Amino acid sequence: MNEKTMTEEQHFEQMIAEESICINENLVYERPETLTDTPMHYCPGCGHGVAHRIIAEVIAELGIQDQTIGVAPVGCSVLAYNYLNIDMTEAAHGRASAVATGIKRVLPDKYVFSYQGDGDLAAIGTGETIHTCNRGENILIVFINNGIYGMTGGQMAPTTLPGMKSTTSPFGRDVSVMGNPLKITDLVAQLPGTYYVTRCAVNSPVNVRKAKAAIKKSFEYQKEKKGTCFVEIVSNCPSNWKMTPVQANKWLEENMLPYYPLGDLKKPSN
Amino acid sequence: MKKELKLMKGNEALAEAVILAGCDAYFGYPITPQSEVLEYLSLEATKRTGMVVLQAESEVASINMVYGAAGTGKRVMTSSSSPGISLMQEGISYIACAQLPCLIVNVQRGGPGLGTIQPGQADYFQTVKGGGHGDYKLLTLAPSTVQEMVDFVDTAFQLAFKYRTPVMILADGALGQMMEKVQLPDQKERTKEIPAWATVGKTKDRERNIITSLSLDPHVMENVNLQLQEKYRTIEKNEVRYEMTDCEDADYILVAFGLVARICQKAAHLAREKGIKVGVFRPITLYPFPYEALNKLADNVKGFLDVEMNAGQMVEDVKLAVLGKKPVEFHGRMGGVIPSPEEILHKLEEKLVGELV
Repeated sequence: MNEKTMTEEQHFEQMIAEESICINENLVYERPETLTDTPMHYCPGCGHGVAHRIIAEVIAELGIQDQTIGVAPVGCSVLAYNYLNIDMTEAAHGRASAVATGIKRVLPDKYVFSYQGDGDLAAIGTGETIHTCNRGENILIVFINNGIYGMTGGQMAPTTLPGMKSTTSPFGRDVSVMGNPLKITDLVAQLPGTYYVTRCAVNSPVNVRKAKAAIKKSFEYQKEKKGTCFVEIVSNCPSNWKMTPVQANKWLEENMLPYYPLGDLKKPSN
Repeated sequence: MKKELKLMKGNEALAEAVILAGCDAYFGYPITPQSEVLEYLSLEATKRTGMVVLQAESEVASINMVYGAAGTGKRVMTSSSSPGISLMQEGISYIACAQLPCLIVNVQRGGPGLGTIQPGQADYFQTVKGGGHGDYKLLTLAPSTVQEMVDFVDTAFQLAFKYRTPVMILADGALGQMMEKVQLPDQKERTKEIPAWATVGKTKDRERNIITSLSLDPHVMENVNLQLQEKYRTIEKNEVRYEMTDCEDADYILVAFGLVARICQKAAHLAREKGIKVGVFRPITLYPFPYEALNKLADNVKGFLDVEMNAGQMVEDVKLAVLGKKPVEFHGRMGGVIPSPEEILHKLEEKLVGELV
């Protein structure tokens, strides 16, 4: 085949074949057994896939697949149970932390986590979020904050930034009319029931590593039964932000992170 | 061996039966006239059986805690009264579609809206005709005595697990608040065996368990519906329960459920003293409804008077059962008013006996 008629992809494949690097000895990256072999439905560049993967890796590394029950929300990650190879329950919109409470209360020695987006956790489910954290349920809440309703097509979320455009704030979020973005992570950090509250991101390799470390710590803390662990992951939504994945991550760094600064909001005291 | 009799309030007797049934978890929120269930369990349950008792932040949270806990294969429940049950409807729809067993108790009060804290039966439609969204059915037991408040708890759990479906005990504020003598069953063990479908942690020897009510593919979702409907047909075949009192020689039948059926029994006695032969037909399962038994009864009587504490709800099912063979009249009281036996007899004479002489 003439090099000029090759597509970029074919060219890339040929390069790899020539280098012969795709051999078992060279494998550095595998699918953990806690991830199913299913193509994800998420849009290109979406943070959900990475967030799913780090949760799956942590469960595999800790060897707790047989002791972990996850709760999926309503939102883009409603089908999380298609990808995570663990027992899972799909909750009604906003109720994932109540569902997780029910599971944890009858199975206090198992590991239970909920995985929720901003609309789910900080709008319709605010009551459940606050009270679950206030009771100090010994669960992990993973909160994906991308400042928009993804699944329903880009409507304003409780965490949409001031001035940020969405299909229901087409002229930008006017805080005098629509209220301010809700920093619910800051809020739950104030509650005595929370044990570990942190804000991470998955926009760069270093941040992915930090987010994974936070998730891992949270599962380890769960064994101590000292309260709720709450990990916010500031994420993106290239499709509804109307950006390429690269632009979306750049926008996240320049706009989301100044408003939602990364780091621990509450660390275990010991 | 004759069992000891106890004098107990309906709500407390039900709560005691919950502990004795080996229930694993209760999630609930206070609302009159059923708060004694949560109070009694808070005081008694955990220390006696280790059962989980949790006061949730709302009825919405309660039913979703039930959903989560039911998914682990344990015996779990909630209780509330009419407005609180309205808040639970979305959760009940999820539980029905995800095919999870649980018990929901509704100690009804008069509505609509905030209504009253006095007894009512106006949640019949909500309970047996849907309530929440989608095509599902709620297996419903309607107690008429404090003893049945006790007996139906274990029956409800058994039915819930037999069919993997939510079961409702539909009582009312009077039954919840009144005291009667009851015989309590023996203490059952808490759940030991975990069903294969439960979400308790995926082991190497099985596929992961997923509890969901979602299928984006319409054909898959239609199959979920067909499976549910097949189950409901089985329930309709196997689980119809009703009680007939003095119906053999009766010319007229009073039809009523729950507490009102007992008032009707008194009215029937008064009628027989006057020489009018009256029997009482009491559906015990409101879903599945005893259509067939009522239809058969229609061949031998002159007419039916359906009595309810609402504006006329079950009477639609009575008419569907009787299929126009005989007249079906209705008498209802609303807003928390309980009809008296004399009033029922008067209505029977006015609407049926007088007309048909």
